[in-house]
Amino acid sequence: MTFELLLVLAAGLFSTGLYGALSQQSIVMIMMGIELMTGGVVVAAAVFWSFLSPGASGGQVLVVAAVLAMAVEMAMGFAVTTAIYRARRVDMADMAEDLKG
Amino acid sequence: MGVTNTVLLWVLGVLALTGGVLVFTLNSMARVAFSLLGCLVCVGGVVTVLGLPYLGVVIVLMMVMEMVIMAVFMIAYMMNPAGLMPMSMVHNTRGALVISGAVLAALVAGIFLVPWPGRTGARPKDSTFQLGMSLMADQMLTMVTLGFVLLATMVGATVLATRRGRYDRFGDELDRRPAEDPAGGGVGR
Amino acid sequence: MVDAGKWWTLPVAPALLLGFAVLAVAGKTALDDRGAGRSVTPVGVLRPLLAVPRALVAQPRRLPASDRLLWRLGVVTVPVAAVLSTLVIPFGNHVVADLSVGVVWFNAMEVLTWAGLWLAGWGPNAAFSLVGGYRFLAQGLAYELPLMFALISAATGAQSLRVTDIAGAQHGLWYAVWMPFAFAVHLTGVLAFSFLGPFAYPAGRDIADGVLGETSGVDRLLLRAGRWLWLAAGAAMAVPLFLGGGAGPGLPAWAWSLVKTVLVLGLLVWVLRRLPALRADRYVELAWVVLLPAAIVQVLVPALVDLGP
Repeated sequence: MTFELLLVLAAGLFSTGLYGALSQQSIVMIMMGIELMTGGVVVAAAVFWSFLSPGASGGQVLVVAAVLAMAVEMAMGFAVTTAIYRARRVDMADMAEDLKG
Repeated sequence: MGVTNTVLLWVLGVLALTGGVLVFTLNSMARVAFSLLGCLVCVGGVVTVLGLPYLGVVIVLMMVMEMVIMAVFMIAYMMNPAGLMPMSMVHNTRGALVISGAVLAALVAGIFLVPWPGRTGARPKDSTFQLGMSLMADQMLTMVTLGFVLLATMVGATVLATRRGRYDRFGDELDRRPAEDPAGGGVGR
Repeated sequence: MVDAGKWWTLPVAPALLLGFAVLAVAGKTALDDRGAGRSVTPVGVLRPLLAVPRALVAQPRRLPASDRLLWRLGVVTVPVAAVLSTLVIPFGNHVVADLSVGVVWFNAMEVLTWAGLWLAGWGPNAAFSLVGGYRFLAQGLAYELPLMFALISAATGAQSLRVTDIAGAQHGLWYAVWMPFAFAVHLTGVLAFSFLGPFAYPAGRDIADGVLGETSGVDRLLLRAGRWLWLAAGAAMAVPLFLGGGAGPGLPAWAWSLVKTVLVLGLLVWVLRRLPALRADRYVELAWVVLLPAAIVQVLVPALVDLGP
């Protein structure tokens, strides 16, 4: 049962993050939502490694990739925020709608 | 999985979820950043308890640095960082709630309906060693790709975030020495 | 050889750390006294400890719209993280928790200081405090990467992240001898994460004590104690990483650990009085342009040695 409950924790983190990423206006808050979603992926990968195939390293590598995705997402996110803020004093996704394509 | 570990997982799991929910309910940006940090530190704790101490502690280390930097940017860009004047910064909450609720329901249904296979393979003696051996052997390509992704991120983020190029620093002929910088560095380039 | 997790190590480790911190404060006062031409007496050098009862009875300062929760959290984090970091540091043949990822644990606890100090700067809702917190982050971005590579150098040399393994791997030849640069970077990092001496920039006088400025009473005591606890923890960590831990002729292991820790601590205290304050914007360029590449080259040395026969 621990296995399923831990996966529910991962799903919960993912859905909370998804809610935030969809509902927040500020770019920084959207990034926080994405961080939470990736946190869910990290938990799920660790749970799969531990409960399904601890002999293989695939789960661990997935955790590494997810953590790295978090770092990359944050660095690029802040770079983009800085660029758009510098260009037109905007930090809200709604004010950059013309970038929709 | 002993009793201690189960209790630890419960505590960390509940704390992680609470922190995650607080991120989108608190007003103060500093509190938001640090509740996300608390949530991700608990995620690191869960990973540690599950038998991956290296990855768990590294997650804690990285997340502390990330969230502190994130707090700095939040306070730089958001109009109401301390939350002293509560204001709404959300759009389409109902739609977001429906979508994320549906995703959660689908995931939970999947978790309980999928016939999960039994455990294959035994736990390695040292999971850190397993990770290192795999990243440096059969997962080498993954590692190399991740390395290039990081390099591209460093270059890309710097290019996007900076306003000044080399002509601003070294002049039109690129011959101005030392460079003209808003803040002089420590080695006088 | 190494006894891990004896019950009595749990209260002894923080007490020992506190003892080293008091010793460092006393040593600095002694040097100050000598520099000022006063006579150095045992009572005189313990004078700074009078701040403890004074802080305990001081009236707390209240500030408008301060974020009490985060402020308190940040202030408590700094000394607590210092104490937690000592869990993995072997003293003689004893260690509280011989984690398989001890080096990373120490590093993670040290990074917790970033969060603690930034929160301590943010909490009081005062400009100079916040500037102090930002200054520590700028300084952190500068010192952290070279420090990480210095720690990794020692771990690479021993092919283990377990601190007792690293101490045990230095048969006769200390890592400080054939990785002097990593040792120096580690000591610089220790001064930086305890924000003392040349790295006292986050609590500089030019911003009215920065992160320390608005604190009062127990809060101020905890933050100031946190600095010295971190100095002591960093010095204690240098011993197993670079100076062979408790190994040495004649004396028992705990005595060697004691002697080496006191010597490193003495060196740090002497240095921190001699150097001028460094601005973070100057140090960050030095750190990234000079120290970081050199630290990476330093990691290559043990890596290549390990490849050999």
